[in-house]
Amino acid sequence: MSDPALIRLSGVTKTYGQGPSAFQALKGIDLAIGQGEFVAIMGPSGSGKSTAMNILGCLDVPTDGSYEFQGVHVERLQRDERALLRRHFLGFVFQGFNLLARTTALENVELPLIYRGHDAGARHAAAREALRQVGLDGWEHHTPAELSGGQQQRVAIARAMVTSPLVLLADEPTGNLDTKTSREIMDLITSFNRDRGITVLMVTHEPDIAACARRVVRFVDGRVDSDRSHGEAA
Amino acid sequence: MLWNTLLLALRAIRRNLMRSFLTILGIVIGVAAVITMVTLGNGATKSVSDQIASMGSNLVMVVPGQRFGPGSGGAPNFKSADVEAVRSQISAAEWVAPVVSKSVTAVYQASNWATVVTGSNNDYFRAGNWELAHGRTFSETEERAGKAVCVIGATVREKLFGGQNPVGSEIRIKQFSCEVVGMLKPKGQSAMGSDQDDIVVMPLRTVQRRLSGSQDINRLSVSVRDGASIDAAKRQLTLLLRERRNIAENEEDDFRVMDTRQIAETLTGTTKILTMLLGAVAAVSLLVGGIGIMNIMLVSVTERTREIGIRLAIGALEREVLLQFLIEAVVLSSLGGLVGIALATGASMGLARVMGVPYIFDPAINIASFLFSAAIGVIFGYFPARRAAGLNPIDALRHE
Repeated sequence: MSDPALIRLSGVTKTYGQGPSAFQALKGIDLAIGQGEFVAIMGPSGSGKSTAMNILGCLDVPTDGSYEFQGVHVERLQRDERALLRRHFLGFVFQGFNLLARTTALENVELPLIYRGHDAGARHAAAREALRQVGLDGWEHHTPAELSGGQQQRVAIARAMVTSPLVLLADEPTGNLDTKTSREIMDLITSFNRDRGITVLMVTHEPDIAACARRVVRFVDGRVDSDRSHGEAA
Repeated sequence: MLWNTLLLALRAIRRNLMRSFLTILGIVIGVAAVITMVTLGNGATKSVSDQIASMGSNLVMVVPGQRFGPGSGGAPNFKSADVEAVRSQISAAEWVAPVVSKSVTAVYQASNWATVVTGSNNDYFRAGNWELAHGRTFSETEERAGKAVCVIGATVREKLFGGQNPVGSEIRIKQFSCEVVGMLKPKGQSAMGSDQDDIVVMPLRTVQRRLSGSQDINRLSVSVRDGASIDAAKRQLTLLLRERRNIAENEEDDFRVMDTRQIAETLTGTTKILTMLLGAVAAVSLLVGGIGIMNIMLVSVTERTREIGIRLAIGALEREVLLQFLIEAVVLSSLGGLVGIALATGASMGLARVMGVPYIFDPAINIASFLFSAAIGVIFGYFPARRAAGLNPIDALRHE
């Protein structure tokens, strides 16, 4: 309780490659995010926002600096320990949906539960409920190829939310969708933040999408350029 | 974890049915080919040894020359005196049949048939375990006088007489007519693949006088008394014949004494080599099937790198992903092995019936083929998956 922040980055740098061709994507990031926040990370291409997102999602480790998740130093964890962290606390939504092809919506949503070791009955019930929450009642047995982009992203959101994660990480969740569908997806994500208190970290380059968040962190050239909070969600 | 991983593996197989089918097809064909070839080869070997056993286990053959088969390599034939000497001096010999063979064409009315005339005596039937189906064997007068009479085998009967009873009819061989006095019960194919029932037996003297024109004897068939040692009988025969043929102590035999076991070994040796050859050819097809699996596994893991990335991002451990791919590979190749074994069993049974050889289930080759197919699956499924599962999840996700 001494540290209210769920997530704390301190002096995080990330360097790709070595020697003269080395490229420093992050040049010292300090960022604290509290439980229940809705944060949009913005910035031009190459600003390091995706790199930061990968580190926040425990998919990558910082070259230097520290990343504390609930007080745990992620940079000191082994590969498998980070995997378990993702399994139990994080949910991912990607720009390209990243559903398993030729696999039904229900089985896609069940996937994280299988790795968590839930038995079949609990798994089916939870997956159906998650699909219902994203408005895909009756689409359980359709494969991604039979679903529209918006529907695929809903399945991806259901897959991320089915485990009731602490943090939902969304990397350009509306990047492949039209405006109307984007709005629906954002409503969904906003409702999870508002109604279930789930912390949302979202990378986007579209200002009207970022406007859904209560806090916007702007990256420029590997550093945090600005960090503003709106009062309530727009 | 194992149960859940098995579920994931089975789902992955189901959602790529075509690819899974193609993967196992190579293994199915390879395994089936190897097992079928070896099983049929074993059947052929068994049928050869069975037929030799039907000759009687106590039969000893003496042929001039050192080579088995036609042609004596210049070694002299035997004489009637040799037969008498064997009969009187080898106590273990029960029946001693001299044999002269001659290829001829037998004619009855409009039918003719190329066959082999065997000149011998009634001891030939006794030594060779022949039984009569109709008629009688030779009388003593016929043997002594060299009368034109014969006993024919089932094949000759069928070719010349059809279904008729041949006893009492006359067939023509070369320039003379010959009365059929008896017909033998059929024995089937011989060890060498020739038809044992394609036979015309005449008294020795008849053949010598009318067909071969010499007093020579091509071969001796000696049956050893029950209970007497075959090896001892062979040694005695060898000593006696060396003495009679004036072979010096430092010279090699110019004849060969063989029992049925030796003949069996010589002949089954040939079919065993053939079995091995066929098996080797089939093993190549199994190997090609294995390379097919390797190809598909390699390609599919590359294709599935993104899938591995998704699983890792969701929180799968590296070892869980690996285990899943391993189980997929083992399930596919074991399934291929099992289907291959089933196919091979069906094919071997069918072909064995067509080829007239017995079907013998060989557990060793079945197990070996199965293990080989499983090993191929494990090796070629596991290593590419290990590379992919070791990737950074982000790199795996970005993989196109």
